[in-house]
Amino acid sequence: MDLYGFKIPRVAALLFWAALWEIVGQFELLLLFPPLSEVLFALPDVVTTSSFAEAARITVAAYLGGLALAVVLGIGLGMLMGLVKAADNLLNMWVNIFLSAPLSALVPVIMILFGMGMPTVVVTVFMFAVWIIALDTRAGVLHVSPSLIEMSRSFGASRWERFRIILLSAMPEILAGVRLGVIRGVKGVVIGQLLVSIIGVGALFSLYSQNFLMAHFWALILILFAFALTLADVIARLETRIEYYAGARA
Amino acid sequence: MNMPSTLHSTERSPVATTPEAVIEVRGVHKVYAGNITALQNIDLDFNRGEMTSLLGPSGCGKTTLLKIIAGLLKPTKGDVAVNGRPVAGPGPERAFVFQDFALMPWASVLRNAAFGLELQGVGKSEREDRARHYVNEVGLSGFEDKYPHELSGGMRQRVGLARALAVDADVLLMDEPFSAVDEQTRRKFQEDLIRLREIEKKTFILVTHSIEEAVYLSDRIVLLSPRPGRLNKIVTPEIDRSGDPDLIRRNPEYLDLIDDIWSGLRAYVE
Ligand SMILES: Nc1ncnc2c1ncn2[C@@H]1O[C@H](COP(=O)(O)OP(=O)(O)OP(=O)(O)O)[C@@H](O)[C@H]1O
Ligand SMILES: [Mg+2]
Repeated sequence: MDLYGFKIPRVAALLFWAALWEIVGQFELLLLFPPLSEVLFALPDVVTTSSFAEAARITVAAYLGGLALAVVLGIGLGMLMGLVKAADNLLNMWVNIFLSAPLSALVPVIMILFGMGMPTVVVTVFMFAVWIIALDTRAGVLHVSPSLIEMSRSFGASRWERFRIILLSAMPEILAGVRLGVIRGVKGVVIGQLLVSIIGVGALFSLYSQNFLMAHFWALILILFAFALTLADVIARLETRIEYYAGARA
Repeated sequence: MNMPSTLHSTERSPVATTPEAVIEVRGVHKVYAGNITALQNIDLDFNRGEMTSLLGPSGCGKTTLLKIIAGLLKPTKGDVAVNGRPVAGPGPERAFVFQDFALMPWASVLRNAAFGLELQGVGKSEREDRARHYVNEVGLSGFEDKYPHELSGGMRQRVGLARALAVDADVLLMDEPFSAVDEQTRRKFQEDLIRLREIEKKTFILVTHSIEEAVYLSDRIVLLSPRPGRLNKIVTPEIDRSGDPDLIRRNPEYLDLIDDIWSGLRAYVE
């Protein structure tokens, strides 16, 4: 970043916004908006409570469960759509609709179907993450070089081995889809819990807001953001390791 | 598995005295969807140990013929036999070298070269030994652990060639193997191919656009007519290839033959 010819490190931007938050918060204009320092002081308070440990456990479990389902079924669905034209004709429209639909509106329906607990949150995470994984996998499969398939056939590859070649060839797109799914899944787990509101961070959020513990409320949001960004970063790192062959495929 | 095949090749009678067809193409027609006749009535034998080039204008069905021989495509009519047995699909007697190399980007040079053996179920250490031998033979020793994107186009095609050689097929099918390679690399590659032929004693079928390449490399050139592809003419260049490669390229017989073939093909282009 450059400002009037001076090199400014990237953290500077972060510090600027943090300072702004602190200053605006100090004016106590809004009850909802405590200064950053207060939020940071609330952090250890939030993290050390047993309700937080419980909420974190439920959130992580629901998130990982839903995400695992989404990865397995999303890649499966994408492979099916990429390989079987008829399946693609049948499913493509629906997958696209679900991808762009406001899924939060569906959570109450999921709640009716799966009850006011963990399964609803798992299904919500799944619904948020699965479609982008399926579509990216499908794109990856459609991009597999036909001559690579022909090559494996000419050297006597079995059906299973050809499938493996397709899966490996599509890996860059699949990982891109998984990365997006990971981020969407965080949305899913938060929205699901907020709407269910009696378990996990959803329960904490309603506890804090009902008791006007705004610093705690914001501290929890910071934790969630950090969680989502860290996850996305981990996947992005994994992707750059795979990247080399995405470029080499052309 | 290796032993019998080496025995077999040493017992083979010299090509010049008894030409024996490895591949017989009988009455092959190929009609693609949309009523496009790509090949019409192709009858052709390929003799053991010979290098044959398929030459003809673009779209005349060279790739189609090669893929039918490889078993990757089914002819609409007619059949192909390899070593006397009709082909129903790809088989271990034939190995294909692809125009765009068709290497697995996630696998090292050695693993790519060993891929045919891996599919045949050859154990890891044995297949790596054999692949290493051929990687070396195509001039890539030292690059075993590199990945395809770290190699130039010419080197990638050498990996494709090593992979095809490693399965010890009788016939190597090559679809414009040098077309994606720059001119200097291509010449070097052609010279290496002549040398490899001496060592490997395999049957080569080469699709090419280049008259020079066909004349320089092959014992026999099959000229195909424009679509629908039919046999037009068969030329047998008799060029002594034992000497200096540069002398061959200046040899009057070589140059005359190029001119002859060109004047035959010119009619199609004009
Ligand atoms: N899958 C296909 N469906 C329909 N037509 C095809 C198909 N593949 C090839 N053709 C047509 O068949 C004809 C022969 O194709 P082929 O690829 O064998 O030609 P070629 O001699 O290899 O050409 P080039 O020199 O350009 O590589 C071409 O006119 C092509 O358009
Ligand atoms: Mg072709």
